[in-house]
Amino acid sequence: MKAFPFLSVLTAVPLVGAIAILALGDRRKDRARPIALAFSLIALAMTFVLYRRFDSASGELQFQEWHAWIPSLGAEYHLGIDGLGLVMLLLSALVVTMSIAASSKIREREEVYFSLVLFLQAGLFGTFTALNFFHWFIFWELSLIPAFFLIQLWGGPRRAAAATQFLVYTMAGSVALLLAFLALFQCTGTFDFPRLAELAQGGQLVPALAAHLTWHSFTPEQFALLLFGGVFLGFAVKVPLIPFHTWLPAAYTEAPTATTMLLTGAMSKMGVYGFLRIVLPIFSPQLRTVLTPLLWLGVCTVVLSAFAALAQKDLKRILAYSSINHLGYCMLGIFTSASLTGNSVALTTAKVADLDGVILQMFNHGLTAATLFWFVALLETRSGGLRSLNDFGGIRKVTPVFSGLMGIALFSSLGLPGLNGFIGEFLIFRGVFPLATWAAALALIGLLVTAIFILGILQRVFSGPLNERWSNMPDLTVAERLALLPPIGLMFALGIFPQLVLGIINSTVIRLVQQVRY
Amino acid sequence: MTWIVRNLWLIPALPLLAAALSALAHRRHRLFAASAAIGSMTLSLLLCLIAFAEVLRLVSQEHIARLPFNFDWFQVGSEWLKLGWVLDPLTAVMLVMVSFVGLLIFIYSVGYMAHDDNFTRFFCFLSLFAGAMLGLVIANSLLLLFICWEIVGLTSYLLIGFWYQKPSAASAAKKAFITTRIGDLAFLLGMVWLYSQAGTLLFYNYGAGCLEQAALMKLVTQTTSLGIAASTGIALLIFCGAIGKSGQVPLHVWLPDAMEGPTPVSALIHAATMVAAGVFLVARAYPLMAAHGGGLGLSLASAPALKVVTWVGAITAVFAASIAVAQDDIKRILAYSTVSQLGYMMLGLGVGGVAVGMFHLITHAFFKALLFMGAGSVIHGCHEEQSIRRMGGLRKLMPITFATYAVGMLALCGFPLLFSGFWSKDAILHAASTWGVSRTPFYLATLGVLLTAFYMTRQVLYVFFGESRRPEAHATSPHESPGIMTLPLVILAGCSVLLGLIGTPAWPWFSAFINGQHARFELRGFAESGVLTVMFSSTAVLLIGLGIGWLLYSNRLNAESASPDAFEQFSPSLFNLLRNGWFVDTFYGATFVRSAAWFSDACDWLDRWVFNGMIHLISRLTLGASRLSRSTDAFAVNRTFDQSCRGAALSGRLLSRLQRGRVQSYLQIIGIAFAGFVLFLIWGHHG
Repeated sequence: MKAFPFLSVLTAVPLVGAIAILALGDRRKDRARPIALAFSLIALAMTFVLYRRFDSASGELQFQEWHAWIPSLGAEYHLGIDGLGLVMLLLSALVVTMSIAASSKIREREEVYFSLVLFLQAGLFGTFTALNFFHWFIFWELSLIPAFFLIQLWGGPRRAAAATQFLVYTMAGSVALLLAFLALFQCTGTFDFPRLAELAQGGQLVPALAAHLTWHSFTPEQFALLLFGGVFLGFAVKVPLIPFHTWLPAAYTEAPTATTMLLTGAMSKMGVYGFLRIVLPIFSPQLRTVLTPLLWLGVCTVVLSAFAALAQKDLKRILAYSSINHLGYCMLGIFTSASLTGNSVALTTAKVADLDGVILQMFNHGLTAATLFWFVALLETRSGGLRSLNDFGGIRKVTPVFSGLMGIALFSSLGLPGLNGFIGEFLIFRGVFPLATWAAALALIGLLVTAIFILGILQRVFSGPLNERWSNMPDLTVAERLALLPPIGLMFALGIFPQLVLGIINSTVIRLVQQVRY
Repeated sequence: MTWIVRNLWLIPALPLLAAALSALAHRRHRLFAASAAIGSMTLSLLLCLIAFAEVLRLVSQEHIARLPFNFDWFQVGSEWLKLGWVLDPLTAVMLVMVSFVGLLIFIYSVGYMAHDDNFTRFFCFLSLFAGAMLGLVIANSLLLLFICWEIVGLTSYLLIGFWYQKPSAASAAKKAFITTRIGDLAFLLGMVWLYSQAGTLLFYNYGAGCLEQAALMKLVTQTTSLGIAASTGIALLIFCGAIGKSGQVPLHVWLPDAMEGPTPVSALIHAATMVAAGVFLVARAYPLMAAHGGGLGLSLASAPALKVVTWVGAITAVFAASIAVAQDDIKRILAYSTVSQLGYMMLGLGVGGVAVGMFHLITHAFFKALLFMGAGSVIHGCHEEQSIRRMGGLRKLMPITFATYAVGMLALCGFPLLFSGFWSKDAILHAASTWGVSRTPFYLATLGVLLTAFYMTRQVLYVFFGESRRPEAHATSPHESPGIMTLPLVILAGCSVLLGLIGTPAWPWFSAFINGQHARFELRGFAESGVLTVMFSSTAVLLIGLGIGWLLYSNRLNAESASPDAFEQFSPSLFNLLRNGWFVDTFYGATFVRSAAWFSDACDWLDRWVFNGMIHLISRLTLGASRLSRSTDAFAVNRTFDQSCRGAALSGRLLSRLQRGRVQSYLQIIGIAFAGFVLFLIWGHHG
């Protein structure tokens, strides 16, 4: 008897939801949001069932589905998740639900909006479960198109430029990725991630390249580096790493805020996920040869983005740069974990701490950043769209609950111990320190500047004399408080019991670190 | 393992629970918030006393008086990261001090904050602070200590900015958080270094902790690329955290500004407990601080980290005292005094060991809390007036406040025999006089005694003596504070006197207790070399300080509040330099703050013009190339011009249909394609 195809069904749920909403048409568009919310809750519940059934003691791929598809193209339908995949599924399901809950402001063509959101969710689920490049890439691109339209059609005043830049940028990255994988397929005959990883770890990847690719005096090692470069570009744009990031502030700012929650909460994790799922297991030796420049890129990402955030006035732009900063720590963790450490037990432990921290940070950043943008959306509905630091002042007096809860989320983003952000960053620094001490020390500047701009938000929006313009600003309604309770509660829960996430990923990370040793 | 060791976590948990409950309570539930806070604190104090009794029992039975309790927190690889708490004399002493002073200040706050709209929130923050501070004290893991350390910093931020509508309070809160965070980040770095070297962050774990022999031996033998031992590097980084939190030079700038908070907050957090956390951290990590290549703590003088602690402490002690001389705000004088006294504690730790520094920490907590609460009583009585120039003559109007304040002042100056500050400060001076490295810290500390006596005399004369210099606009005259505020003052005044008895050279109970030994009463303690000499010389210096203060200020007490200060007349430029705190704030503003602002603008510019500019350049080039190819196409393929016209018209129609904004049609295509894809997969299943 075949096992129940859990992951396929999970991906199908939002897809069915999207089509159902479209089928409704614009006659009953007031139903669109409740239906979308229902489907996203079903998906959330399913990921929770996965979480319950998942064997966290094993770092192997689970819930695998494997079917031949187009043998001549190396296309197989191969799904599976390990701890990393599971955490990403939980996060995407959560963030999409939050985003739909936060998008009550969408008042035109709702049925299109919400079906696009569900399409995007299907793309996310597909990306995080696919193990064969062929359909993985389809899902990867599928998530891009709805995001483009969400920005293009519901965005702010300069949405057209932002959406185009977003699309062109990520497309360029995707093309590089695609070319690299086509070359890999030509040399190895497979698109399957685990099999490619096995080849690479067995040292057969470079010989395979040597057998199929020749061009002037290029050595196979240089070809391997070139392929790595292509894959790297695809993911570096998505994360993003400086200097591949300029699409992000524009896209995050111009997108409707509920969509920004999706972009930052879930989609920005696709790039980091790609590094963990594809780059580390397949391209570690190549990564290692350019480790120092990459570490510099990571440090620059952390530091420059934090300083850039300090110079912004628009809340969404500040949070956009803060997003780059937070994922910069992940990149530092990933790069250092590829360094060659031989058989040293202490350094292996450091790598485990590193990658544990990276995955925890991914989840935490997704949760916190999405929640923060939600608060910005709530603020915008109250202020008629204003969201500059200079537009407010002292609103803590009239909206104490809103200010208190947003304060919690801001401190979570700052990395205050006791809330979720801290342990991830602690583990990353604990891992990076012995592997690349200078990078850890320089990255601390990012942590300091983050504190400065976050306290700047608290000071300029909430403190000081009340701006009389907002003396009638309503505080959070009961419904809004209830809706915000789960994410805020989760911030506390993960701050106090990080084992909730670390328990899932630990075995996966141990396995990954062993894989990276080749 | 006894009940209290297993349940030590209850001590911080109770105030935390009170904080959680009052956070959920409505603003109107004032009585509930206050009673939850005071009730939980009372229970915590009882538990602290039980813990203290337990340690006393162990010490008297000559057991090893250090009981750790560790538990798993989360998994990293094959290991579990453990947290835990520890009960030893250091913990016990701090627990009793924090919970006792905390409880008194909670009670006092009921009176002080009675008219505040946000009374409930105030007690919520106070309870959160107490919980985190008590957690910091019991922590047996550097990580747990750091977590509590940061939460304590958060509550400090929240309480400094409690009156958030005042822009000065909001910016002082931010400044405090950022300044301490600079130290905290170095602390974090030291912590991850220690973790990666020692493999654990537990202090004590039956021989496997990071403060125990095996780990320390490993740390002192490893040298870094800078040529210092790993233990020294780690110790110095951790000490950076203490510099920030305890307001040591050069990170002292936040503490005077922190006086924007309500006065009970200044008393509890910015005088008695939180700012002492840095001193406590050095005391807790003392084995690490004292470790050096020549052996573990054999001779303190040669441990490089402790040398740094000593110098920072000695410089801070004098530097801050010199600034206090020229301040006019009653709370700012006390704030600089606190910075100076924290410097003494660091000095004591550096030259004399844990007991010397900790003894001054404990006595200081009582008399400085007393002074701040006395100042609060004065401010309350004078209707929120804080400038000592506009006070005067309060001796008769506020007798209880005056009497208790005088006790606090004499204890702070270290007036001989009767007052606790004398004994604890003399222990530090004595240790400094015997320090093998240099005599300079001793001279600096003695100079500090002179300055302390001077600025306290100046303050007390201005506030309590002479005639009132209040502007006429105030109709109501100052009044004594209610009993709920004066009672804690009296209790603290009693403690400020009596506590000295446990640490005299004749009966050094405190230092024996901290070291887990018995104390014997022997008058010979005074006869030890140098003890009496130091006592006499410091007393002489103290009297000189009091005398100068009296000479300068006693005959000018009835002068107008706007007329220049006596010291200002004596030397205007020096006075101005000291009043502005040696212009350290100005210097930081002109250097660090400005360069950070410049750099952030530069990053923004880089982003907008360089990175984005490159993208625009590439897109222009691409567009140009495609235009070029199109025009060559148009000419080269000129022959089929008609056909291409038709093609263009067709594609234009198609494109315009898309651009009509009918996304539905586009989405339907995606939808259909995906439905097809799914169906294909399902068929692939069966095939």
